[in-house]
Amino acid sequence: MMRVVAWGVFLLGCLFFLLPLVGMTEFSLKMRRGVYSFDAYAAVFGDPAFWATFGYSLALAAATIVVGVVLVVPTAYWVRLRLPQARPFVEFITLLPLVIPAIVIVFGYIRMYNTSSFLPLTGSALGTDILLTMGYATLALPYMYRSVDTGLRTIDVGTLTEAAQSLGAGWVTILARIILPNVMVAVLSGAFLTLAIVLGEFTMAALLNRPAFGPYMQLLGANRAYEPPALAVIAFAITWGCMGLMQLATRFAKHERAKA
Amino acid sequence: MSFLSLSHLEKTFGTNRVVKDFNLSVEKGEFISLLGPSGCGKTTVLRMVAGFETPTSGGIVIDGQEVTGLKPNQRNIGMMFQAYALFPNMTVAENVAFGLKVKGVAKDKRDARVEEMLRLIGLPEMGGRYPFQLSGGQQQRVALARALAPSPRVLLLDEPLSALDAKVRVSLRNEIREIQRELGITTIFVTHDQEEALSMSDRVVVMNGGIAEQVGAPFEVYNRPSTRFVATFVGTLNVFDGAVTGPQSVTLAGVPVTLAEPVEASKGATVALALRPEAVQLGRVEGADVVLPATIESVEFLGSIIRVRARAGGSVVALDTFNRMDAPPPAIGAETEVSLHARDLIVLAG
Amino acid sequence: MPTEPIRRAPRRFPLHWLGILPFAIFATLFLILPTMRIVLGAFQTPDGGFTLQNMLDLNTDSIRAAYWTSIKLSFYTAALGCAVGFAMAAAVVFGGLPKGVRSPLLTFSGVASNFAGVPLAFAFIATIGPVGLITVWLRTEFGINLRAYGFNLLSFWGLVITYLFFQIPLMILIITPALDGLKREWREAAAVLGATGVQYWRMVALPILFPSILGTFALLFANAFGAVATAFALTGPQLNIVPIKLFAQIRGDVLGNPNLGYALAFGMILITAGANLLYIWLRVRSERWLK
Repeated sequence: MMRVVAWGVFLLGCLFFLLPLVGMTEFSLKMRRGVYSFDAYAAVFGDPAFWATFGYSLALAAATIVVGVVLVVPTAYWVRLRLPQARPFVEFITLLPLVIPAIVIVFGYIRMYNTSSFLPLTGSALGTDILLTMGYATLALPYMYRSVDTGLRTIDVGTLTEAAQSLGAGWVTILARIILPNVMVAVLSGAFLTLAIVLGEFTMAALLNRPAFGPYMQLLGANRAYEPPALAVIAFAITWGCMGLMQLATRFAKHERAKA
Repeated sequence: MSFLSLSHLEKTFGTNRVVKDFNLSVEKGEFISLLGPSGCGKTTVLRMVAGFETPTSGGIVIDGQEVTGLKPNQRNIGMMFQAYALFPNMTVAENVAFGLKVKGVAKDKRDARVEEMLRLIGLPEMGGRYPFQLSGGQQQRVALARALAPSPRVLLLDEPLSALDAKVRVSLRNEIREIQRELGITTIFVTHDQEEALSMSDRVVVMNGGIAEQVGAPFEVYNRPSTRFVATFVGTLNVFDGAVTGPQSVTLAGVPVTLAEPVEASKGATVALALRPEAVQLGRVEGADVVLPATIESVEFLGSIIRVRARAGGSVVALDTFNRMDAPPPAIGAETEVSLHARDLIVLAG
Repeated sequence: MPTEPIRRAPRRFPLHWLGILPFAIFATLFLILPTMRIVLGAFQTPDGGFTLQNMLDLNTDSIRAAYWTSIKLSFYTAALGCAVGFAMAAAVVFGGLPKGVRSPLLTFSGVASNFAGVPLAFAFIATIGPVGLITVWLRTEFGINLRAYGFNLLSFWGLVITYLFFQIPLMILIITPALDGLKREWREAAAVLGATGVQYWRMVALPILFPSILGTFALLFANAFGAVATAFALTGPQLNIVPIKLFAQIRGDVLGNPNLGYALAFGMILITAGANLLYIWLRVRSERWLK
């Protein structure tokens, strides 16, 4: 009896999740009248704006990941090693981006870094790109920090540092050659999640007027019929890919630990 | 008619027969231990009595009532688990009151019973605490109070002491036994620790491979083990090979010995003769049946007892002597003798 | 635990605090100051004086309606997301389903909870939009016209259904470990003490899970409240919910008063912060129990 109910709930839930996926896939294949075709995909891939915005978002994601790693790894390491008393404060800050909606943060950016401010980042394209990267790094901060901090917990930071110091290594060497490789899996897992977030992000890029993938998708959705579902299929595949790589990284980590 | 009787219990998981033709009669107020290594089926027997597992065949009768087909909540049984299993969202008092509450006992009666139970386990002031604020020993005592509060017919204890540290374990096992005697509640205790089983129980059931190998009082099980498994699992044992020379006589390391009981083996066969460490004495003892030359191999000073290992009669013999201030333990490598009595020899079957 | 060696007897200038300076600067510049700018702006006149007028000005029909719709939207999607997510997680953990469905469900939930924003809107338009797969199928096969029954994807309830696509998986991801945390012994102890299955759920399991469920509810609420992209891609700028209103205000000052925009944003912070504080508080409580 219980099992029947359980199956019912589970299958109904699956139906709810599968129908939109089936719907978007089916719709994306209907561009040519009467037959299924990949015309919509051809149209999307043939659009130079697709490649331009996708490339732009990819580049920004790479920059965001670099900023995130450079910012988070030394901080999380230092908090574990020397500043355990700063932990509540740092953790609170890293959780703030979950509390303050992205639209409010970017609103603050626009008002704070406008052309008449002390740091007129929005005055130039490069400045705005930097601002957007920082915004993305902020959005990814909770995930990146938690991932790296969990990774650091599994290694003995103190002993590794003392061992490296006794061999004459400096701080940069310790961080780059000892700590980073040891939390690489955690960093990768955070990086793939960052990639997924940045590629789909709409609000910040739209409000800062940058030609990113999110606003491109929205614009296409407002003007076309068949390309948007094709884009949705592509975006879903990308999200799935990022999550798959993330899981792969964690599984690899478990495997490594089991071997040790 | 016994109070609790298990007859021909069988349990099969898939193709794995975990419990095989298990029979046990328990008198009212008796404290019975199921002792055996992990995987021997002792926990499965307990879980069948509790109703968490349905026997593949066989029956369980409690106080004249056939309970085999009843659900756990219809059996009126108390149980303690290894991992305490207190409800974390309730205070100590609410935990103890739980069984009464689901039975619909009125609040004032419940409160009185809870107070009585908390006094019984020696934690009268802890009613308002939450489980996470208690030590492991305190949690387990609350679990006992919770199990006893609805006045169950039978108390089941599933290795309740094994998560605790050594000191607490000993004091709590005495406490459990005292409370059990006071209330006269029929109890089945599952453990893999022979010391716990021997010290607490009226009778011990030694289990192996789903079978009850021996049922008996601790004294009997320890001194007269009926199978080789029981002999080796309960306590430490020295084993010698003996050559059978007659219906009741053997030679042990060349020395002829007359046994207390007849041997069930033909002349010329080899039998295993077992001996507890406390039955072997150091030096030549007046009236001993066998005296063997020995070389001391190791000396372990345990406080009141000194455990010595000596090579004698072609094997290593463990022997226990009491500590005495005027007799320091022997040196390693010293040449000496060990003595033993024929009446202490146990002939192991199989 | 080893006792700490006493070697920092002479108190120096705390140089080691410099180690988190880059992080502190980043957080100040790109998180704290921008937020402060909004909060302060909400209480300022255009020339910088202190005022409560902006907050009072929020009390117009249109803005009140926007907040109310946003709160309703967040409430419904959080409540439904919790209920359905809980049912699915419970089905997988306790319902006797084969072990093989668990891992794919969790992986899929990880993907779906991140598949929000613009493409999610496209997926639902293609499915239950005016010419979507199901809409057309119901019309041609059964003659059921969804629109005639008052259903419209580009409406409040359409938005609710769409949001559920990422709300339910988020609930599954958070509540499954909590369900795993229910020990078998609790159920058995309750049973042996005479409790029925219903009594066990009512008196033991649900009270233990309650902080996790309510906490996740708060998280889902905040999650829906701050979301812009899905709603914008689905309905464009006309739907009257707070994030969309703020979006339009940032783009083109539709309220005609920049400081009123700050007040609007400040209201959002208050609501999401409140929901999240509830989440964090409840989470700490439930973790304390389950130690």
